[in-house]
Amino acid sequence: MALTSTTKDATQIIKVHSDRIDAAMAIQFKEDMRNEAEGGAERVVLDLSGVEFIDSSGLGAIVASMKQLGSDRRLDLAGLHPFVEKVFRLTRMDTVFKLYPTLDDALAPSAK
Amino acid sequence: MCNRNSLDLSFAATEAEASAGIAQLSIGLEAQGLPPHKAADVKIALAEAINNVVEHAYAGITPAKVQVHCRLHQNWLDILISDTGNPLPGFRVPEGVPAPLGSSIDELPEGGFGWFLIHELTSDIRYERSDGCNRLSLRFDFPRHTI
Repeated sequence: MALTSTTKDATQIIKVHSDRIDAAMAIQFKEDMRNEAEGGAERVVLDLSGVEFIDSSGLGAIVASMKQLGSDRRLDLAGLHPFVEKVFRLTRMDTVFKLYPTLDDALAPSAK
Repeated sequence: MCNRNSLDLSFAATEAEASAGIAQLSIGLEAQGLPPHKAADVKIALAEAINNVVEHAYAGITPAKVQVHCRLHQNWLDILISDTGNPLPGFRVPEGVPAPLGSSIDELPEGGFGWFLIHELTSDIRYERSDGCNRLSLRFDFPRHTI
């Protein structure tokens, strides 16, 4: 699972370089997110624009990633494909995370 | 156009093989004419059902095969998933109650969505246990749209 991280203003952007987050990579994803986010900005935006498929294990790994950031930091999600968005909507996780159509939307001044 | 197309795939019940198998089935079904508007529902439910076999049916025992047999009809799709693992608890299809979201971030569930998603996205679910084999049938209806 390849993740890359950049920081813009006070936001850490973590991009997922995999077309899926599923049961086969959920544990690795959670670990990589822990390493990547460590010591980063208070707000983290996960760029999911390259992800075309997610299952409930992948969803659980994103939830776990938010939890491990602790209460002082937050995780927003950007660039969800319709498929990925559907899984969030069905499980009502769209009410838990802030979802932005694109990374630019997530970084717009109004989004912060 | 044929009224009925079949697609069969068998793979070892490991996470990596399941991941590749789900992707392959999804591509194959679309190539056989599964309506695009139904493809996401089928892929989500299929993935959850196959992951359940890998994670639960073969938990604590040597994983064998997962066999998937798909029959695509004009207005519906039948998918039969078979394995030789442990039976479903109580020999029946688990209820599709979604995991509660809780009242704080710490309480958010990290799992327990699988059967809920399968119930949500299928038209019918049947389960049969016989001769040491689990057979889970998922049906997806897609009434024809007028073009």
